[in-house]
Amino acid sequence: MRHLKDLIARRAMFLLTAVPGFLVLSMLFGLLQKSRAILALKSFSGLLFGSGWHPLKGEFGFLPFLMGTLWVTLVAMVLAVPISLLTAVYLSEYAPKFIREFTKPVIDLLAGIPSVVYGVWGVLMIVPFVGKVLAPLFGVYSSGYSVLSGGIVLAIMVFPTIIHVALEVFSSVSHELRETSLSLGATKWETVKYVVLRKGLQGIIAAVVLGLSRAFGETMAVLMVVGNVAKIPKSVFDPAYPLPALIANNYGEMMSVPLYDSALMLAALVLLLVVLVFNLGARFVLMKAERRAE
Amino acid sequence: MTLNKRKTEERIFKFLMMASTVIVTGSLLVIIGTIVVKSLPALRLTMLTQTPKGGYYLGKEGGILNAIVGSLYLASGATLLAVLVSLPIVLYLNLYTKKASALATFTRFSLDVLWGIPSIVYGAFGFIVMMTLGLRASLLAGIFIVGLLELPIMARAMDEVIRLIPQALIDASYSLGATKLETALKVIVKQSLPGILTAVLIAFGRGIGDAASVIFTAGFTDSIPTSLLQPAATLPLAIFYQLGSPLLEVQQRAYASAAILTLIILAISLISRVLIKKFTRHTIR
Repeated sequence: MRHLKDLIARRAMFLLTAVPGFLVLSMLFGLLQKSRAILALKSFSGLLFGSGWHPLKGEFGFLPFLMGTLWVTLVAMVLAVPISLLTAVYLSEYAPKFIREFTKPVIDLLAGIPSVVYGVWGVLMIVPFVGKVLAPLFGVYSSGYSVLSGGIVLAIMVFPTIIHVALEVFSSVSHELRETSLSLGATKWETVKYVVLRKGLQGIIAAVVLGLSRAFGETMAVLMVVGNVAKIPKSVFDPAYPLPALIANNYGEMMSVPLYDSALMLAALVLLLVVLVFNLGARFVLMKAERRAE
Repeated sequence: MTLNKRKTEERIFKFLMMASTVIVTGSLLVIIGTIVVKSLPALRLTMLTQTPKGGYYLGKEGGILNAIVGSLYLASGATLLAVLVSLPIVLYLNLYTKKASALATFTRFSLDVLWGIPSIVYGAFGFIVMMTLGLRASLLAGIFIVGLLELPIMARAMDEVIRLIPQALIDASYSLGATKLETALKVIVKQSLPGILTAVLIAFGRGIGDAASVIFTAGFTDSIPTSLLQPAATLPLAIFYQLGSPLLEVQQRAYASAAILTLIILAISLISRVLIKKFTRHTIR
């Protein structure tokens, strides 16, 4: 009887274990299936690099949205990478214990705050700051709903991802190595620069790429502060219209215009593929780094 | 380089590091502070106890009870679904398969991939499934998709704790004649209960805060759903729609709703900390 139970449980668990793999494949397949309607009529490169977006006329060019996503992600990474890495180095090498104990839950909470809340905060604080303080400072006009606002909000959202992975990487660098460097007369910062950062370089790259892919797919927070104008932005003070925002904003009307739903599902597929490649690359590098550290 | 110059470099970088740490931790305080201060004028008890009067977009009266209840239904259902799928997976991976087996590697890899997929893609996928099955936006569809969204978060967090259980403990259970299933339920689950509960709460927090996946699947409504097939309002979407209103009063209600959602998230994180302390007493070290 007990063995029978065990056998049944084993079979059931085995079936459930197939779920994650099946889910990834069915997402890819489902999105591909839906986007075939538009791919049958237009070339993939024409869709990706076309800049006209007029669904009613059957014109679907993704370029403004792709550029919007790239701009916002780039600004976010330029802000987030140095700040997150410096914080991670401080927490792993310099900070006294009580600061570390205080900071860890704060970073966990930062990761747990929902993206709409980030969006509301962006509208309340970052958008007016960019529009009324930063833009006049640079002598340009901006409503505040801009690439820069999206980038700042996104940067804060990816802090926890990068810090978390970087801390793990730094903790895998052996203490003997650090002590050897210190005993040779290197200062603490030199030890960090020449030993910890160099030894953990691959892991740091992986941390940055994981942060990048998080930023790339983030939808609601960016959508709320970035302005959503379907034009290629020319400066960080211009509004942009990232790809995820396009999907979220148009789900209501996409069923009433021919090919519109297919175009949006293709956008989701592109997003999925890009994030997939980023993630695979980062995991691969992390795995190699782990193996080397062992 | 002279020693002085090297010391100066050290000092400059130490300053930059401390400044960065202050920026990171400070941003949490600033975010919560701003939301709380801005929400005070609109924060009334009726926000919690009434459904919207006059529509969520233009109505200035009533509350967001529909969204609070909708979100709790949705996140609870989704979390239950995610537990039922992810706990068996993690137990199977750790007890029944060898560490380096192809199945275990492939499943962990798939979970990593799923973890990285943005929630808007889950939403789009859910939309396709609903169209294929002929379902309309409903609480059920929302629970299904948010459950899938929570699955990799929960499974990875559980896997991390269950992996840490010493092999000796498992062997001891076998040697007493326990089957694998009995070992799984009575030894492994009990031993890693604090970690499992944290994983569940983290996933619940993610589920209750996500907007992009429910926008397609759960829909929005001004009333509280009474069946699984009705659409359900959710807090993140209530915030989003209220903020889009041209009326200042309604926008302020969005801030208040954001404060309520933030409080729920803070409470969840606090509860998980307390639970860890409480349950770690029962584990064998």
